[in-house]
Amino acid sequence: MLLKLLKWLLLIGFALVVLIPLMLVVFTAFKSTPQFYANPIGFPTKLFTGNFRTLFEEQPIWRYARNSVLVTVSTVFFELLLASMIAYGIIRSGRVFGKGMYALFAVGLMIPSQVSIIPIYSLLHKLGWTNSIAGLVAVTVSVLMPLSVFMLGGFMRTLPKEIMEAGSIDGLGEWGILLRIALPLSAPYLAATSAFLFVIVWNDLLFPMLLVNTKEKMTLPIAMLQFRGEFVANYPMLMTGVLVTSIPMIVLYVFLQRFFISGALAGSLKG
Amino acid sequence: MRRYKRLIIFFVPGTLLYLGLFIYPSLTGLLHSFTDWDGLSPSYRYIGLDNYRTLSENIVFSKSLGNNMKFMLAVVLVQTVVSLILALRLSKETKTSIVLRSLYFVPTVISSVAVGFIWTFVYDPTLGVINQALEQSGFGNLTQNWLGDINLAIFSIALVQAWAHIGQMVILFVAGLQAIPTELIESAKLDGGSRWQVFTRITWPLLAPAAAIVVAFTTIQSLKAFDLVFTMTGGGPNYATEILSTFIYSTAFSSYKFGLASAASVLFLALISLITFLQFRILRTDRISY
Repeated sequence: MLLKLLKWLLLIGFALVVLIPLMLVVFTAFKSTPQFYANPIGFPTKLFTGNFRTLFEEQPIWRYARNSVLVTVSTVFFELLLASMIAYGIIRSGRVFGKGMYALFAVGLMIPSQVSIIPIYSLLHKLGWTNSIAGLVAVTVSVLMPLSVFMLGGFMRTLPKEIMEAGSIDGLGEWGILLRIALPLSAPYLAATSAFLFVIVWNDLLFPMLLVNTKEKMTLPIAMLQFRGEFVANYPMLMTGVLVTSIPMIVLYVFLQRFFISGALAGSLKG
Repeated sequence: MRRYKRLIIFFVPGTLLYLGLFIYPSLTGLLHSFTDWDGLSPSYRYIGLDNYRTLSENIVFSKSLGNNMKFMLAVVLVQTVVSLILALRLSKETKTSIVLRSLYFVPTVISSVAVGFIWTFVYDPTLGVINQALEQSGFGNLTQNWLGDINLAIFSIALVQAWAHIGQMVILFVAGLQAIPTELIESAKLDGGSRWQVFTRITWPLLAPAAAIVVAFTTIQSLKAFDLVFTMTGGGPNYATEILSTFIYSTAFSSYKFGLASAASVLFLALISLITFLQFRILRTDRISY
């Protein structure tokens, strides 16, 4: 009995460790500054929405959100397109060549972005591609290519080969097999991979911070760093910013949980 | 052979992009590590191993290396132990365990900038929830300057890193636990094994591959950590939370010593490769079949 109680305490205890900081964000976002100093951690006594008004009036939130959506959606789209073509090529092209290509991409899994960021930055500078969303997308797509090839390759390897052979016998070309057989069969995997990539790209700090430098082109995480500059230690404003920028991800997660979780599972298994 | 010709087109666009914007620049980074380039001027000189020599004498660099190790060990320890304990309780597919697993995963989907801000607030010495709770429950003498204390700060950030990723590791452990055939555990119980015996003799050995993956993933993740340190302390106070990735960043983009930062990157990559290699070997020898 006591043991059972302890188990529950543990599970609920950690749930609180997760929830309390998140609830603090919500509480604080709805407090005015005097209210906050009178009572920094409790429930807001009176719902105050002024922080949201200030945030939306003083910051081009919609533009940042639009940039984030544009960067994330186009990165994930091109990533899936190019990586699934490569993954398909790898599983269809036999041992030696397929393995060789796989190894080429495996190399990239090792290189952390902090290492590649300096030369990538100088290359983009030389090419004149800095401060452009297209440049940011191109870089992000190429840096995430190893991970995506790894995930999609791992998934596609499990597809039954016979079905693809049958398609080939029935007169489908390679494109036909990819589009009509391999991709439809991989739909849940594509969803899982895109959820995983979505989280990475949406939350990325390093590449947007370096490759984009005007307010026009900023994504939400960079914009958040800017808020802090402007609202130094003004926790109600900061937490309002956190709340507003985190809501899209949390909503998406609540609806697409299954894909988020299976994507994270597959993404971590790169061992 | 003809098949390769037909398939080559599938590789071309992705591979070109990958080679052009990722592999090629990474290789030029290696060259830059032997130069005195500032990242801005059009010309630079080759100075051989000078940058590496400078790094070996640089106190901040060695401090970063040490902090990276402290951070890594703390994160791996906390993240692995806590997620294992939670996963053992949540491996059954009941409604409660599914809900709790999903809840624990939430911090993973929030941006690390947001997580950094949230925890800067939680750790705030006067307004933060931790010190306030300690004060109000009569443990006022336990309050700390969580991010301002030189000895404590790196561990405070390590806890945040663990907080953000425990949910992901719970999922990995649960997958590992679910792969263990239940008959094995049932029969061990029927044979009169105590809970502890069942865990140490059956569950743990069979879970070892999953645990190895969790440890490997957590190690790499914590070695590469950047965002949390960057947003929470920026490497301070007095370099107490400086890690290799923030050191490289500020050397390149605040001090404009691209050559030196490139050399640090090469060493950082070597460190990561070494640790990954060691883990690969452990993973291989640990493979268990059942």
